[in-house]
Amino acid sequence: MTEPVIEARALTRRFGDLTAVDALDLSVDPRTIYGFLGPNGCGKTTTLRMLTGLLTPSAGTVTVLGHQLPRDAERLKRRIGYMTQKFSLYDDLTVVENLGFVAEIYGLGHRAARRRISALLSTYALEPMCSRRAGRMSGGQRQRLALAAATIHEPALLFLDEPTSAVDPENRRDFWERLFDLVDAGASILVSTHYMDEAERCHRLAIMESGHKRADGSPAELMAGMGARVVEVEAPNLRALKQQLSALPQIISAAQLGSRLRVLVADRIADPVAWLRAQPLQPTPTALEPARPSLEDVFVTSTGTHVGSHQP
Amino acid sequence: MSAVLQSARRILAILSKELTQLRRDRTTLGMVIMIPLIQLMLFGYAINTNVRQIPVALVDQANTGLSRVLAQMVEATQVVRFTERTLDITAAQEAIVAGRVRAAFIIPSDLSQRVARSGSVGAGLATPPSTDEQTSRPVAQWIVDGSDTMIAGAIKGLGAMPLTELLRPPANRTTATFAVALFFNPEQRTAINIVPGLVAVILTMTMVMFTSAAIVRESERGNMEMLINTPVRPLELMLGKIVPYIAIGLVQTAIILLLGHLIFSVPLHGSLLALAGATLAFIGASLALGLVLSTIASNQLQAMQMTVFILLPSILLSGFMFPYEGMPVPAQYIAEVLPATHFMRAIRAVMLRDAGPTQIAGDTLWLLGFMLVGLLIASLRFKKRLD
Repeated sequence: MTEPVIEARALTRRFGDLTAVDALDLSVDPRTIYGFLGPNGCGKTTTLRMLTGLLTPSAGTVTVLGHQLPRDAERLKRRIGYMTQKFSLYDDLTVVENLGFVAEIYGLGHRAARRRISALLSTYALEPMCSRRAGRMSGGQRQRLALAAATIHEPALLFLDEPTSAVDPENRRDFWERLFDLVDAGASILVSTHYMDEAERCHRLAIMESGHKRADGSPAELMAGMGARVVEVEAPNLRALKQQLSALPQIISAAQLGSRLRVLVADRIADPVAWLRAQPLQPTPTALEPARPSLEDVFVTSTGTHVGSHQP
Repeated sequence: MSAVLQSARRILAILSKELTQLRRDRTTLGMVIMIPLIQLMLFGYAINTNVRQIPVALVDQANTGLSRVLAQMVEATQVVRFTERTLDITAAQEAIVAGRVRAAFIIPSDLSQRVARSGSVGAGLATPPSTDEQTSRPVAQWIVDGSDTMIAGAIKGLGAMPLTELLRPPANRTTATFAVALFFNPEQRTAINIVPGLVAVILTMTMVMFTSAAIVRESERGNMEMLINTPVRPLELMLGKIVPYIAIGLVQTAIILLLGHLIFSVPLHGSLLALAGATLAFIGASLALGLVLSTIASNQLQAMQMTVFILLPSILLSGFMFPYEGMPVPAQYIAEVLPATHFMRAIRAVMLRDAGPTQIAGDTLWLLGFMLVGLLIASLRFKKRLD
């Protein structure tokens, strides 16, 4: 199957005067993890809600798993799973009760439900706490429970809205391992995040800013085509140096990382290290070294005031 | 599996989830039992429309044996109790203004002449010739704080008190103009009328309150976003949510009626079946009303405020406290919309007057219709969307 699982054209959503999502084009391939990277309030959740049929688009067309939205929203619901940003299972029910409830809502037979629940308990390491109430579990445990509940009916497409915002890094690693297991089993996943390390794990991702898609592609493509080179600079007075560098039009950004300054230089400068050395800077940099671009650099170059002059 | 069976399973899933949550919510469970218990004791004892022992001031300007006998006769009726005695009318009026007494009884100094003249024509038993200035004068005067109509009415009732004992030992029995036979509550105990009505008031309060919070709570706690992403249908959600409360409503009704019978000797004359039918219809109507409120309110506090907005007219206009017939016509129309009014009529008819199913059919059908319309409105208003 090569047909995209999600196909959106000029998807737009307005709330009164505010345009939360503006003319978004989107195409998600099957068996991939597609990421939405962007700051809070950039329209990630609104987009997810339109793609699941919770919100009616103000304009544009969406087809999800071959269902046209919002017309076929109800039929789509059996085939997708949705993990909300905030924990949305019942705090006063136990792990097993929560899973049992969701299983019955999705119409799993009694025996099928029991099999599925015991499989999920072992996959997500929830067996030791199966009779604990959800409200008394840690962030990581609740989040594994939420993922178990969202996948109980084995959906072909999974939507995760900032799934790891309340989870420590160790648990986040585990969580992503489970996501790749799901993709391996044939599912497609759409995930929104504001963590760079999380975005870097996606097969493809879209960078969102105030309702617009600024860039999309695989993390490697995005880094290769970001239109800037990275130089790490060392100097005695970094704060003063940063101010001078920021004033130069060729410099896209300069951010301090401990004792170094990470400088993004527009890629129309062929040799950024030599160019920087030639600048009359006070104090003079003690070391200048080219560095590998990161997703954060991509994010910086494709958002904010530099957009337009430095499109990849 | 067929679609109907699937739907039934989803309703059952929500129902059993609600029951589990309810079982763990000790405070709510406590309220289910304590609200009817406390309100029954409170209202059963406290609400009394038979006015007795009103504090009044006595102004005895005659101060004779006769005047003292008259005062004793008035006090013997138990309608009033003399808490202040004075010779000065203005002092009595001040006591009324200050609120220490509700009325003043003024016995004029020429009491004996007045009694003698009125006695000559039959001691207040017959109508004296109205042209006769001397004999048509009353023997004493009441000044009443008329702002409370119930108290004023009780004292006005003393206006035609016979004075036979004042003149001579009990003579022939007095003949009333009308013979009055009191059916269903011959002892005139207020509890007989209050306790069945209390079922309507308490059910209105708890049923509307619980369900109005039901849907809002899911939204407030964030569960709704998960629920609307599942195949569950609005009507399934509504039904699953209200069924547990039907059982709670029946338990509360049983508590009130049983204790009402044991403590206040409120009889249950009619058939239990007719009573159960009307009660179920009323519980259904109240729950549906709560669900409609639940789809309007955006948080639990608003849901609670709307419940109070429904509860007050249900107490004051439904006929629970004041007779429905005495209200102006527009108020009657409003009362007619409230489920409590119809249930009040039905339950009193069955419990006190042994009315059969056919006699309460109108009110019961109205309640059922209210429930269906309410469920329909709530299901239509409930959208599985966030916009």
